[in-house]
Amino acid sequence: MNHRLKRELPLHLMLIAPLLVIVVFSYVPMAGIVMAFQRFIPARGLFGDQTWVGFDNFSYVFRLPSVLRALKNTVVIAFLKIVFGQLTPIVFALLINELVNLKLKKAIQTSIYLPHFLSWVILAGVLIDILSPRYGLLNRILGGFGIEPVFFLGDNDWFQFTMVVTHVWKEFGFGTIIYLAAITTIDPQQYEAARIDGAGRWRQTWHVTLPGMTMIIVLIAVLNLGDVLNAGFEQIFNLYSPQTYESGDILDTLIYRLGLLEAQFGPSTAIGLFKSAVSLLFISVSYYLAYRFASYRVF
Amino acid sequence: MAALRQRDWFSILNPIFLVAAAVLCLLPFIHVFAISLSQSTVAMAGEVSFWPKGFNLISYKVVLRRHEFWRAMVVSLERLLLAVPFNMALTILAAYPLSKSTRGFRSRTVYVWIIFFTMLFTGGLIPTYMLIRQLSLLDSIWALVLPPPFGVPVFNVLILLNFFRNVPAELEEAAFMDGASHWTILGRIYIPTSMAALATLTLFVAVRHWNSWFDGMVFMNTPERYPMQTFLRSIVILPDTTMRRSLTIAEVQELAHISERTVKSAQIFIGALPILVVYPYLQRYFVKGMVLGSLKG
Repeated sequence: MNHRLKRELPLHLMLIAPLLVIVVFSYVPMAGIVMAFQRFIPARGLFGDQTWVGFDNFSYVFRLPSVLRALKNTVVIAFLKIVFGQLTPIVFALLINELVNLKLKKAIQTSIYLPHFLSWVILAGVLIDILSPRYGLLNRILGGFGIEPVFFLGDNDWFQFTMVVTHVWKEFGFGTIIYLAAITTIDPQQYEAARIDGAGRWRQTWHVTLPGMTMIIVLIAVLNLGDVLNAGFEQIFNLYSPQTYESGDILDTLIYRLGLLEAQFGPSTAIGLFKSAVSLLFISVSYYLAYRFASYRVF
Repeated sequence: MAALRQRDWFSILNPIFLVAAAVLCLLPFIHVFAISLSQSTVAMAGEVSFWPKGFNLISYKVVLRRHEFWRAMVVSLERLLLAVPFNMALTILAAYPLSKSTRGFRSRTVYVWIIFFTMLFTGGLIPTYMLIRQLSLLDSIWALVLPPPFGVPVFNVLILLNFFRNVPAELEEAAFMDGASHWTILGRIYIPTSMAALATLTLFVAVRHWNSWFDGMVFMNTPERYPMQTFLRSIVILPDTTMRRSLTIAEVQELAHISERTVKSAQIFIGALPILVVYPYLQRYFVKGMVLGSLKG
């Protein structure tokens, strides 16, 4: 036994530094959530001598119209992104898989992966220019068809639509990777058998390719559950404006403004805790389902 | 016969559709690039599409002459030089023990849960900000290195530990017979056989640091400490108030040739340039890493 301890000791030592960083920068902020139950005064410090107010911050924030509005926007935008953010890559993976010319396939993949790797600051800069109602390229093209300029980023009727479309635009290509990988694991003999049975391309896709992807489609769908309250902070924060708070303000942007710009630390932490708690529930359920039905394990 | 004809239509339309989608992913960037190289009056009139009109490099000259630009570049480089080795070291130190089976490392489960739980639950923005503030790390480069998602990048740990699991167990057993410790085995066997994976992860973490802007905005109190993407945001997304101030008299005379739009476009392109340079490598390795990290769990 002593021998075993001696052999395992270095493993414990290796984990000291990573664990220290994780404890300080992940677990201490978790404990810092007590702020949600305090009238927090920064000068007295985190874990300092603060006044406890019970659930006052929660009852305060959940009566604010801006919080309820942000909650609604968050759920709507996140839901639409989850649905279209998964459907689009599946369709594209199926279409790319049908390409015969390998060079063309490669070139298409290279192009559609690109937006994923650029930051939302860069993409927002590009989108603000292209979507401008004054000189933007898109409105110039629409104008060619006699369509009045649309203020995609400033009109509350268009903002959520624009967020979902630009999100899908950034991520769909990258999303195809995992489905294309799943397609390559399908046994070619299955296609052979389908062909002998007289199945054409469509029926092969329907009866062989799609069933071969079912596992990964279900897995990704389940794992996406954890994102019900993630409407995409980095994107929206760079593209919204007071004009579009009505349709575009989400929990994360509200937490930022309330907490760091208006210094309402207690209330904004309360919103954050609400978000973290609901997310914890959904992520746990999603990992559990993924584990049960797809034997998916994170570690 | 009918099926065959249908098939023919598809094999013509499918590539056309996919090429159109691919073009749609590239055109916005080409458009902005063309604007950055165009004369401002033409650009403001909305006459530039995908080829520069009135070609000139004045916008780039304006950007590259800005003191703030170089200051942000220095902060970003400082960040990369410090953070990449640091994050990689922690990734390796976490991945190696966790790649062992519970039989080889009995406490593995406990450690896994401690790390896994951070993927389920977070303290959120405000407590994290308060912690950084209390540790006097505001304006410090460490504020961009230590907090999640950097610090110990969990996703990279997952990829690396899966990679470590593929190292043949016989090598390790033989080394143990010779009296080697885990430190020796990590340094002499695992790291040398995983150089390709480590290079890939280094690239990923560097790209994420380069692209990161929110931590710079929140944890850096003074614009002098902004890294590149945060600086970029402050001039590209928000109205640019400092551009006119930083111009010399000669530049004011050139003002007829530049506009906020062309300068912003040049700035966007420069901000994206490092990613475009490493993109061929990124694309090749990310596909592998992504598949390795998410399909095998």
